[in-house]
Amino acid sequence: MSNNTTYRTCPRSGLQFESQAEKLVIANAVAGVIFLLIGGILAIGIVLTRWPSVHWLEAATFYQVLTAHGLDMLVYWIIFFEIAVLYFCSSTLLRCRIATPKIAWLAFALMVIGSVMNNYAVYDGASSVMMTSYVPMMAAPSFYLGLILFAVGALIACFVFFGTLVVAKREKTYQGSVPLVTFGAITAAIIAVFTIASGAIILIPTWMQSMGWVEHVDPLIYRVIWWAFGHSSQQINVAAHISIWYLVAAVVFGAKPMSERVSRGAFLLYIVFLQLASAHHILSDPGMSVEWKVLNTSYFMYFAVLASMIHGLTIPGAMEVAQRAKGYNKGLFEWLRKAPWGNPSFSGVFISIIGFGFLGGISGVMMGTEQLNMIIHNTIYVPGHFHATVVIGTTLSFMALTYFLIPVLFKREIINPTLAKWQPYLFGLSMYFFCLVMMGAGTLGVSRRHWDMAFSGAALAYEWPGAAYLMMGLVGIAGIAAIVGGALYIYLTVGSLLWGKRVAQTKISSEPTPIPVGAPSAAAQSYGSLGFAAPGTFVLAMIFLAAFVLYYFINWKYLSTLWGLS
Amino acid sequence: MSAILPPTERLWWKHPLDRVEGTWIAIAFVWCMIMFFMMIYWHMYGKQNLSTETYKTTSEQFAAKAQAVVDKYTVRVETDFQTPVVAPPPGSDVYMIARLWNFWPILELQQGQTYRLHLTSMDYNHGFSLQPANINIQVVPGYEHVVTVTPNQSGTYSVVCNEFCGIGHHTMVGRIYVKAEAGNVQ
Ligand code: HEM
Ligand SMILES: [Cu+2]
Ligand SMILES: [Cu+2]
Repeated sequence: MSNNTTYRTCPRSGLQFESQAEKLVIANAVAGVIFLLIGGILAIGIVLTRWPSVHWLEAATFYQVLTAHGLDMLVYWIIFFEIAVLYFCSSTLLRCRIATPKIAWLAFALMVIGSVMNNYAVYDGASSVMMTSYVPMMAAPSFYLGLILFAVGALIACFVFFGTLVVAKREKTYQGSVPLVTFGAITAAIIAVFTIASGAIILIPTWMQSMGWVEHVDPLIYRVIWWAFGHSSQQINVAAHISIWYLVAAVVFGAKPMSERVSRGAFLLYIVFLQLASAHHILSDPGMSVEWKVLNTSYFMYFAVLASMIHGLTIPGAMEVAQRAKGYNKGLFEWLRKAPWGNPSFSGVFISIIGFGFLGGISGVMMGTEQLNMIIHNTIYVPGHFHATVVIGTTLSFMALTYFLIPVLFKREIINPTLAKWQPYLFGLSMYFFCLVMMGAGTLGVSRRHWDMAFSGAALAYEWPGAAYLMMGLVGIAGIAAIVGGALYIYLTVGSLLWGKRVAQTKISSEPTPIPVGAPSAAAQSYGSLGFAAPGTFVLAMIFLAAFVLYYFINWKYLSTLWGLS
Repeated sequence: MSAILPPTERLWWKHPLDRVEGTWIAIAFVWCMIMFFMMIYWHMYGKQNLSTETYKTTSEQFAAKAQAVVDKYTVRVETDFQTPVVAPPPGSDVYMIARLWNFWPILELQQGQTYRLHLTSMDYNHGFSLQPANINIQVVPGYEHVVTVTPNQSGTYSVVCNEFCGIGHHTMVGRIYVKAEAGNVQ
């Protein structure tokens, strides 16, 4: 038993923070937000260059900025914040001390050193290779070394998380099974271990090639293994942000999962099938067999998609059940109309769920279909899709969680609640539009990672249709609006930490208070209609399905008009 | 606050499903199966399936084969760089080299005819993005990808490089002409 630590109980939420864990959560979250700030500043350069009538940066600067934006956002912002979430979901939710805090700080130090080294390599100029760093294009050795150090740090942090679970079990701070949100975090951490191992397998030889120690890393094998890292790490994000959706539903509504079995089963499907995702980046590549592509791109018959569709129903469903229990029981949608739309934790999560499903999910399945991939591969449709998943889905959920954490974890009041109320709408809805117009431009063929759609200096230029220029102009406008929304988040977070009113604190003790054992509650069958506990959610799900089916077959129709290929 | 607390029922895995969940899972499962079999269906009945015929190659080998076809079937040259325009007979093997920063040579194909198009890169990854048809294929160095193509419409097509390949990436555009079938001028 460790005695040289203390436990603080937050008066507002009842959550209990161990002091080491608390510092670690804060450090990781703050590091994440710093990278979000850097990535957001870089986004200004990207957007104002891809907006055809502005076309701001020089080509070399643009590619450099794009490389850094991808890394800072997708890798550093997200993973630092995720480590904070892992520590929170273990130590805080299970009310135990964090295992091996010293090693957790070592992990943090490695991650900081790695991310700074990698960023420095990019700003230094010789590493504008995009975050994917496809060989044989080579970056400076410190580019790869930085990534490797960061990955090692993140891996160690995952093991601290697992260790903390063991501590909680052994010190009996809870009884029975871990909470669903912690279960989701475990899913994320397991996928992370697989992912980071793949990253090491491919980045270490590539680093050695950059040092001149290895002759040749095969470009195709690189792509296959790199994506086992690059895509699977997106599944960490999905598992993490879905856990946050459940968490916010619990905090805001007191919602309980409709059924633990279904929700946990869906997380299990992620662990079993998500590893196959690398395939959908290789669909338009030479080399892989049709059988391999079809089986892998569908995550073995779409079982991971099934899992996401399940969470997409059960989370709003749980909210609906909780609202109906409170008496908002009229018609199909009273529960939704009477939801706390002014609470940024709720509105952020709700905008995230809808955007992730309708924009990110549907487009992702479409482009992950073997033959359909050919009509969008490497077009700006792809960033359109993943800004819907990783920005509307993950980033916006993290923002929503932050609004909950500021008083609870950072012990400060939010400085400007009115602004905080509007921030998720501005950021989320402008991102919706941003993603839609990027997908529109991509459907017309416009390339991603491309400095000049006018092809200045090319011997044989191509003239994009006017609609493509229009779409890219709208990308510019929507992108700037989203950046303003992101800046508001940074202002609110940093401002509250610096100048927010302190939240009065009460209890600090030297022993953890175990989680009391709850009484089994009655099943939720007493509300709703037609024997459906959540009929409104079911209607939403059917609307989703209709949109999905329609869009899916429209794209097959489009494909059927192309050149014959066999 | 239950998703953040241990489940109150110790035996949560025995808890019955709500009907809303059961119904949705069944529907979603059926839809997943439809999507899965759609890919297989298209392999059997669809006309747009990307070939997976691939050979290991080197830039010398590939360049030599491409040069032989260019020598045999060049009909004229275009652009300041004297890029050959190659019009091979229908059914034959045609080559297109992707390299920093052009696609070489220009091809002239006939509508409705089938060709075996060989693609590779001499250096980095490149992207073969056929516009305005919007067919996008990754071009990977060291691998010769043989794609069987049947242009279904005549016109002037551009091949835009859509994989980042360095500072001249935006200047990397190639061309394919498709001549109308006799008696079918579009
Ligand atoms: C705040 C608003 C944001 C704007 C306006 C923005 C804008 C863009 C644009 C226009 C591109 C595509 C450029 C191109 O391919 O030519 C891009 C790429 C990318 N963005 Fe963002 N972005 C934003 C936030 C984010 C966030 C929060 C993340 C991750 C969490 C993110 C991750 C990425 C990644 C991974 C790429 C791909 C880089 C590459 O192709 O290598 N972005 N961004
Ligand atoms: Cu290129
Ligand atoms: Cu290129």
